[in-house]
Amino acid sequence: MNISVKIRVNGVLHEAEVEPRLLLAHFLRETCGLTGTHVGCETSVCGACTVLVDGQAVKSCTMFAVQADGAEVTTVEGLANGEMHPVQEGFWECHGLQCGYCTPGMMMTAVQLLERNEAPSRDEIRHALDGNLCRCTGYTHIIDAIEYAAKKGRE
Amino acid sequence: MSTTTEKPPVTTSPPKYFGRAMKRVEDPRLLKGTATYVDDLKLTGMLHAEFVRSPYANANIRSINTDAAKQLPGVIGVFTGTDVNEKAGTIPCASPLPGGKSPVHTVLAGARVYFVGHPVAVVVAKTRAIARDALELVEIAYEALPAVTDAEKALENDSPLTHPDLGTNVAFTWGLAGGDVEAAFNEADRVLKLRINHQRLTPMALEPRGCAASWHAGECSLTLYTSTQVPHLLRTLLPGMIGIPENKLRVVAPEVGGGFGSKLNLYAEEAVVSHLAMLLNQPVKWIESRRENAAATIHGRDQIGDHEIAVKNDGTVLAIRSKIIADIGSYLQLLTPAIPTLTGLMIGGCYKLKAVKVDVTGVHTNKVATDAYRGAGRPEATYIIERVMDYVAAELGQDRLQVRLKNMPGPDEFPFTTITGLQYDSGNYQAALEKAKELAQWPRLLKEQENARAEGRLFGIGISTYVEICALGPSKIMAAGGWEWGCVRIEISGKVTVITGTTPHGQGQETSFAQIAADRLGIPIEDIVVLRGDTATAHFGRDTYGSRATALGGTAIAMSIDKIIEKTKTLAGALLEAAPADIEFADGKFFVRGDEAKSIGWGQLAGEAYVAKNLPPGFEPGLEASSFFEPPNCTFPFGTHICAVEVDRETGQAKILKYTAVDDCGKQVNPLLIEGQVQGGIAQSLGAALMERTVYDENGQLLTGEFMDYAIPRAVDIPEYALGSTETPSPSNLLGVKGVGEAGTIGATPCIGNAVINALSPLGILHLDLPFTPERVWQAIQAKGGAL
Repeated sequence: MNISVKIRVNGVLHEAEVEPRLLLAHFLRETCGLTGTHVGCETSVCGACTVLVDGQAVKSCTMFAVQADGAEVTTVEGLANGEMHPVQEGFWECHGLQCGYCTPGMMMTAVQLLERNEAPSRDEIRHALDGNLCRCTGYTHIIDAIEYAAKKGRE
Repeated sequence: MSTTTEKPPVTTSPPKYFGRAMKRVEDPRLLKGTATYVDDLKLTGMLHAEFVRSPYANANIRSINTDAAKQLPGVIGVFTGTDVNEKAGTIPCASPLPGGKSPVHTVLAGARVYFVGHPVAVVVAKTRAIARDALELVEIAYEALPAVTDAEKALENDSPLTHPDLGTNVAFTWGLAGGDVEAAFNEADRVLKLRINHQRLTPMALEPRGCAASWHAGECSLTLYTSTQVPHLLRTLLPGMIGIPENKLRVVAPEVGGGFGSKLNLYAEEAVVSHLAMLLNQPVKWIESRRENAAATIHGRDQIGDHEIAVKNDGTVLAIRSKIIADIGSYLQLLTPAIPTLTGLMIGGCYKLKAVKVDVTGVHTNKVATDAYRGAGRPEATYIIERVMDYVAAELGQDRLQVRLKNMPGPDEFPFTTITGLQYDSGNYQAALEKAKELAQWPRLLKEQENARAEGRLFGIGISTYVEICALGPSKIMAAGGWEWGCVRIEISGKVTVITGTTPHGQGQETSFAQIAADRLGIPIEDIVVLRGDTATAHFGRDTYGSRATALGGTAIAMSIDKIIEKTKTLAGALLEAAPADIEFADGKFFVRGDEAKSIGWGQLAGEAYVAKNLPPGFEPGLEASSFFEPPNCTFPFGTHICAVEVDRETGQAKILKYTAVDDCGKQVNPLLIEGQVQGGIAQSLGAALMERTVYDENGQLLTGEFMDYAIPRAVDIPEYALGSTETPSPSNLLGVKGVGEAGTIGATPCIGNAVINALSPLGILHLDLPFTPERVWQAIQAKGGAL
């Protein structure tokens, strides 16, 4: 039995009939065609699928699409507003990505952190990234990138 | 405090790109979510495959009933080994050893399964969800058998056999000897013995594997999109398996989400999906889950070594004699047997040993195969020799740095030929060590340790001095050739297309190769596009592994540019009314020697070359050249790592306080990317040293099948770094580069391990095995009488 949902993604309303078991990550990727959100573990550990649901960083691989009915979702595709978001710019400037697979989720987590704390310490950034795994960079350049974005955001 | 790194000198106009820390040209698509990984592909009419996998490590298959699965609406077909194995070939091993025994590796299990995760059947359905539902409906009756899970017990006479048809669990034996071993041991003042284990590790690239195959019935050709490091090797190996000619197969590695060696293979799923796309005449896609990735993608390391070390009382290390058991799992994947042989080759490290003898026994167990995981045999070798150096120093009561310095070749001894016949191309090990000491503030570190110990704290300092073998390699040592290919095309507009046969998947060569090309052509980097990862555009290639891409692929590009410049001098000569021999090229312009004012650039020359109205006699239209670079030797990067750790007596938790690394990877094309490679490598080493361990229980059940059970480092685990470098160019290629992709994973594990053991040494602990988890360290502390 499919259920009707209305989810606003990056400002665009998506109405669809979905299976109750459809994960938000798959709704975004398959129904909306927004493949910037990646699935890395399906167990809520790696954080590659992190998106913002009503402003909160959420792992979209462990949330059903029906739970997001009526919500505003922001994915990596919705981050840039003409120009790159300061977090995207920071990741670029500081070489905060290598293979790029964890990057969208990593950046969405960073966006939430900077909304809550505009001048986080390096240790605060480390802790904020506890739910996001990266196997390439060793994290240091990611921390540099978020520091860069914080500074840019304050300017 | 952020990472402190030496900044490269600022270059001035005209722009020189080589050597500059530049941000990457490939990043915008990755940052905006517009990059295309395999799972992002949507092909018209695409079907979805899912694999039924064995829950047993060792079992006979009594029966398979696919009826219920086939009846599920949306299921297109269910296929077993009986349906597929004769048509999809057997998985190849490119590195078999003489006398070795290898089982036939069919793409799906036949009458028996050999590891948890072994693919038994495949379901194809209209959606991935339906395919997953159907997995539950495939009924398989197994007869469970005792599993072989301990490589040492597997060698005992009464052990069950992983592959009874082979009659033994020994897959291969391999030996290496150099120098007079007996004489060296006779000369020794003492012989030390040390058993060193290196645990099994799971690579865990963030993007699991996946592939999509599309059959073009009209052309009788197949396109395979796959998350791989080696599309060219697949194009060499796959055609014979699935029964199409090589020139009817196109392999594309789109955006690849990390590899670390785990995607340096030809996997069963790639052959099955290709076969099914041909059979069903519809595109078929398969995406690996994380559980499958942990169970059915290759693992790394897993060696047990018994080492005897011949030493003199003055600290001279004369010889090492090692017996190594490699637990290689159930099958030989592409390079499985080669990995422990690399351990043997590099076991002498950066030291002048008089003799080396290594005997490796590869043992089959009911686990997934081991193969190349970042470092691939060299981390094991470096771990052994660097633990040995510390152990020798501790036994002799000497300084660890002095023991190392005493045994290193001097900078004037390069090229240095090791006792086992490798020729280390260039090096200055002492300079790297001195620089690391300086960056680590060595005297202050020793003082900190003294103070900490006075307070009863467990404070350790670790050091490792490493050399690795990279840029693999001359074709004589590589089964499928060790050359690399590159192509450069000046387009009619004057824009430049560079095509590489390497397959970058995060390393950043779309940027660093453009840097190399921009300087050599004298044009802005923005005018260059680097293509990679598609056998239809990169006609040849041996791909990316073994830290080879820049040294070999970069050189092939530079060679191609030199050919184009040489050819273009003839055209420029005709246009400038001068002999080609009088034409010079500099900063993107051709001119008559001594008359730089009258020059022509690439734009005009490209137009002339393609429009072809005013070409000199015999001048072939177009401006394109390609090159195969066959290196004369491997390269041998090196360096020194130093770190400080503190171990919590109450919990056994080791925390890295400060990490210093000085790496020498020859000439540096882009220091920012090199820093990224080093930091990422150190993080994987930190995982190996402090937390990662792939665990199978006594029944062969995989206990570390998820990120929930297999700990990889998180941001909170990473220390602050002081990174530096020395630059000793390689004489083996015209760029002077050596490679850096694996340096961190080779240098760092022994550095951290030595630091933890050094921290525990006041308790009388002189050796402990990887990984130094809180539990293992706490147990060791308790065994020595507890927390004092």
